[in-house]
Amino acid sequence: MSAIRAAGAVVARDLRLAFRRPGESLLAVAFFALALALFPLGVGPTPALLVRIGAGVIWVLALFALLLSLERLYQADFEDGTLELMLLAPAPLELLVAAKCLAHWLSSGLLLVLMSPVLALLMGLPGEALWVLPAALALGTPTLTLIGSIGAALLLGSRRGATLAALLVLPLFIPVLIFGVGAVDGYLFGLGGRGQLLMLGALFLFALAIAPFATAAALRLCGE
Amino acid sequence: MPLFAAEDLACLRGGQLVFAGLGFALEEGELLVLRGPNGSGKSTLLRLLAGLLPRREGRLWWRGRTCEPQEAAHRARLHYVGHHNAVKSDLTAAENLAFHAALYGGGERVDRALAAFGLSALGEMRVRYLSAGQRRRLALARLLLAPRPLWLLDEPEVGLDRPSRKALAKLLEDHLAGGGVAVVATHGDPLLPPALVLELGA
Repeated sequence: MSAIRAAGAVVARDLRLAFRRPGESLLAVAFFALALALFPLGVGPTPALLVRIGAGVIWVLALFALLLSLERLYQADFEDGTLELMLLAPAPLELLVAAKCLAHWLSSGLLLVLMSPVLALLMGLPGEALWVLPAALALGTPTLTLIGSIGAALLLGSRRGATLAALLVLPLFIPVLIFGVGAVDGYLFGLGGRGQLLMLGALFLFALAIAPFATAAALRLCGE
Repeated sequence: MPLFAAEDLACLRGGQLVFAGLGFALEEGELLVLRGPNGSGKSTLLRLLAGLLPRREGRLWWRGRTCEPQEAAHRARLHYVGHHNAVKSDLTAAENLAFHAALYGGGERVDRALAAFGLSALGEMRVRYLSAGQRRRLALARLLLAPRPLWLLDEPEVGLDRPSRKALAKLLEDHLAGGGVAVVATHGDPLLPPALVLELGA
């Protein structure tokens, strides 16, 4: 019971910190929106072309936006000594890691999900995308947070950690990207994307089962 | 039977032996002070006793039974205050302590902890605006959030003014009087007359 309370306190604290420093969360979202706005300028505003590449571009940018925010996931706690106390807490570290991932997703991934319908309109995607795209992102972005958490923990304290983490983690994002884009395109081009959505859900459950343990192991090494 | 004892402790850092053959035995209510020049391994020993570092060799006992510092039962009986204060500058002093209380699985003793170090008036102040000494006091106030029999303190008095130093000494005295033990690394005068002094790097 007290372990649940400890996890709840981690979520509440991280959300409060994100709320008091909105810059860090908003930076990723602003990057997401601005980078997307550049695409019609870069490839030309041909509707057929934008619809064809829309889902893929939005997903790739969501990947980058999350990567940008994942860098600091454990860095602040590592630098100020809070991580040591989390390692020493009676609650299992795996649970605290899951709590940190939840807070991170609520302050970054969720914002991307909420913003995605607007971006879908920006790319001229048809009406169906207005619910498929947020649904696919809602299933896929938590997986990205969980996988990214392993990378962030592994490279904690190393110089150039952010760049290395990107190289380490991006290949692991590929399945989410494939099924995420597949789901949206499937619905847009009349092929149906239910299977891909289910696959995204399965990937999330898989990451949820593995990532907290892998992250906790990496953080313990880091405590040394 | 000693409450907390160690024998033949050795620790390797970066391929170098920091110390070897260290041992001590603390009865209930006894204070162990670690002394030694910079780099002699005081912090390393404290981190090892907290289970944050693996040991190369050695055995540890708690109430006569062998204990592993990395296991959950050991974590649940210790307080560790290291060099870092582990406080968030965007949270208020009270919010910081409430978070740590939840992490320790302790009750709501935040007000008492703030009062013990004269921080009651600063409870609603963001830590960003506190001085280095006040932040240190906030870190030490954690000791009051949950009762733990083993205190591991790494130079706790750094940055403290005279009244806070006294408050800390009083806290330590009460802790020892209640049957706890403490291991404290220090450069200056010990806060209390120690039962045992371990000279490192000698």
